[in-house]
Amino acid sequence: MICGRLIPDIISIYEITDVSDVCNEYTDLKRYVMISEIYLDNSATTRQYDEVTSLMAEVASRNYGNPSSLHTKGIEAERLITGARETIAEILGVQPSEIYFTSGGTESNNLAILGYLDANPRKGKHVITTRIEHPSVLEVFRHLESRGYSVDYLDVDEGGRIVPEQLEKKIRPDTALISIILVNNETGTIQDIKKISAIRDSVNRQAVIHADAVQAFGKMQISPSKSGIGLMSFSSHKIHGPKGIGALYVSKGIRINPLLYGGGQESLIRSGTENVPGIAGFGLAAKMTAVRIEENLQKAARLKQILVDGLAASDIVHRVNSPDDALPYIINISFRNVKAEVLLHHLEQRGVYVSTGSACSSHKKSRSHVLAAMNIDPALIDGAIRFSLSHMNTEEDIRLTLDALKDIIPVIDISKKRKSVRK
Amino acid sequence: MKKVILVRYGEIMLKGLNRPAFEDRLIRNIKRSLNGLGKTTVSRSQARIYIEPEQDDFDFESAVSRLVRVFGIVSVSIVWKVESDFETIKKHSAEMVRDYVAKLGGSAAAGRESGQANAGGKVSFKVESKRGNKRFPLESPEISRQLGGYLLKNVPGLKVDVNDPDFLFFVEVREYTYIYCDIIPAFGGLPVGTSGKGMLLLSGGIDSPVAGWMMAKRGMEIEAVHFHTYPYTSERAKDKVISLAKILSQYCQRIRLHIVPFTEIQLEINDKCPAEYLTIIMRRAMMRIAERIAAQNGAIALITGESLGQVASQTAEAIAVTNNAVSMPVFRPLIGMDKNEVVEIARKIDTYETSILPYEDCCTVFVAKHPKTKPKLEEAKEYESRLDLEELIGRAVRDTETLDIGD
Repeated sequence: MICGRLIPDIISIYEITDVSDVCNEYTDLKRYVMISEIYLDNSATTRQYDEVTSLMAEVASRNYGNPSSLHTKGIEAERLITGARETIAEILGVQPSEIYFTSGGTESNNLAILGYLDANPRKGKHVITTRIEHPSVLEVFRHLESRGYSVDYLDVDEGGRIVPEQLEKKIRPDTALISIILVNNETGTIQDIKKISAIRDSVNRQAVIHADAVQAFGKMQISPSKSGIGLMSFSSHKIHGPKGIGALYVSKGIRINPLLYGGGQESLIRSGTENVPGIAGFGLAAKMTAVRIEENLQKAARLKQILVDGLAASDIVHRVNSPDDALPYIINISFRNVKAEVLLHHLEQRGVYVSTGSACSSHKKSRSHVLAAMNIDPALIDGAIRFSLSHMNTEEDIRLTLDALKDIIPVIDISKKRKSVRK
Repeated sequence: MKKVILVRYGEIMLKGLNRPAFEDRLIRNIKRSLNGLGKTTVSRSQARIYIEPEQDDFDFESAVSRLVRVFGIVSVSIVWKVESDFETIKKHSAEMVRDYVAKLGGSAAAGRESGQANAGGKVSFKVESKRGNKRFPLESPEISRQLGGYLLKNVPGLKVDVNDPDFLFFVEVREYTYIYCDIIPAFGGLPVGTSGKGMLLLSGGIDSPVAGWMMAKRGMEIEAVHFHTYPYTSERAKDKVISLAKILSQYCQRIRLHIVPFTEIQLEINDKCPAEYLTIIMRRAMMRIAERIAAQNGAIALITGESLGQVASQTAEAIAVTNNAVSMPVFRPLIGMDKNEVVEIARKIDTYETSILPYEDCCTVFVAKHPKTKPKLEEAKEYESRLDLEELIGRAVRDTETLDIGD
């Protein structure tokens, strides 16, 4: 078990296959294993539920039929898909026929935007999105610009919320689509989707709203049909389900064209043999998560409070970038005079896994476009860390993280170093 | 007829009495580079090396792509080996040229579409003959003339052009006769292992892999030392250096990579020395460590990717201060090159794409805003005296991790 985590790394680097050799020879690497793991990068991906893993193994070895086959093996597989579709539809309060399985959030976002515009060319050549979208939306809109679409990118306030008045002004008679990220993946900011759809209703009822709900699904109550949302994207691996599977909700009466053509699976919208174990795993993960939405949300709020209060009570100079009313699962915090990646690697040594708000190197700085849109000082963006929670985290996790931060930050504070050395 | 690979080598012919040693090394390196492709017989004759595979399904393309990375080789050809009998030569030549013209046909057609007229759709050629076997009844010009005439008559779509032919057809008559159409250039240089061993300071940037490659091209066996500052840099920085060493090992036969834990020294320097001298003192420490590891491993020189004036630590003054820390010779093959020249080589040898992955000294906290471009040796030594360098270096060398790459 101790070796379990080491093997993949070691083999790829040293090309050693004998596990016992690995452990004996590289005992110094054991420090990575001996420390307990505090995984606070759940918005990147989550640890799959053990129940999901077992189910998928079972499906892969027993129900391996192709759902398109006419024999029993095919029907068994098809039933698994039907079951998962019904589960997800029920959680969302929509019809199963409105749910299409895809390969994940990126495909769902691409399919929603490109598929809708392709099927509805007469709805107009104007589209609206925000400055704080995930790249799988933002890059699609950049592509649309090159195809002759007129694109408006909505600004956000310092909490990352769009400004309703600006949206109202931007919607035009030829606006075909409005795409908005429901919960931002870097800050947890929640957009008021009901208000957004009310504004749309008052200006141009024809404009369809797509919501990227990848970070929201399973973590808050969502009801696309009641909120006037036409298209909504989901991903499985953010809720302890398998990677490589996601879904798109398409409201009845909205027509989209496929991105992939072929055998006509998923009611012609998504060709390709269905990822049956993935779909079954997604369905189970969705069910397991959804039954505890409220309970989990309260826990996340409590954990966020411990982290935020703990930092406030310390002498660590920081700024909480996530607004108070953000989804508590995502907490973005900037540390002054600290390089986020250096902090990340130090935290990792203590077994704490987080993300940075910027990827940087000596060659190129690419600061988070989300934090930049929130008008945060670039120096603070360089020190931005995203802590993202799951219901699997404990209060102890957060307390240990606070202890680690208190130990590490004085050591890596750039300003202190520079002042202390004189000629 | 048998398909074989003809390898030409150049410079090592000049090495007088050392020549057999150089040739032996080249053959050893060739055999090593072909590992895993199946059994071959490698033989030497009249300043040529012939590689004859034992199985029919030998992968010639892979073999050639490996051979062009073996230093000492000037060029490579896939050739047909036939009996030195003129009728046999003619028959196989026609067959080979027919295949070749068919292959060229596609590209010639494309050329015509783009407006480059190719009169009558015919491909022009010229026969180049060499006669090493003086018992062969025809002399070289006569071989060319008669064989040219035969090919013209028997292969459709051909015309002769001795001044600017579309392709050359080569015939070498020796004990056997070798015929071929393509000469694939290699890098030349000297066989790795004939010029001693050098210790390369490998950072993960664009320059140092190129520097190592250039010295390997001059026959040096390469070992590399990398300074790792985790957790101030990413573990991925280490993986990246390992990837670079793997690419280099395709040219250098094998690379022993020494990964030195450098965080402690870096922090000490950062704590005790002024910002503007950080880089220069760090470089001096790295050179000392590299020299010690070099000595332990039988290397006789250090190799760096420094290029004059490229950054603050590579001004003539800074290099002088850095150089003073060691007594071993330091080879700096890039010293007079511009960045774009280095990038061009990096692309050619396939290290560029890996070098630009954004992990190198990522987010380092150890770079001063304004490092000294004209550091003084005396000052550097004075600041250095604030550190217990001997102890720090000893520990770093002791805790160095060694990986053999390409073995």
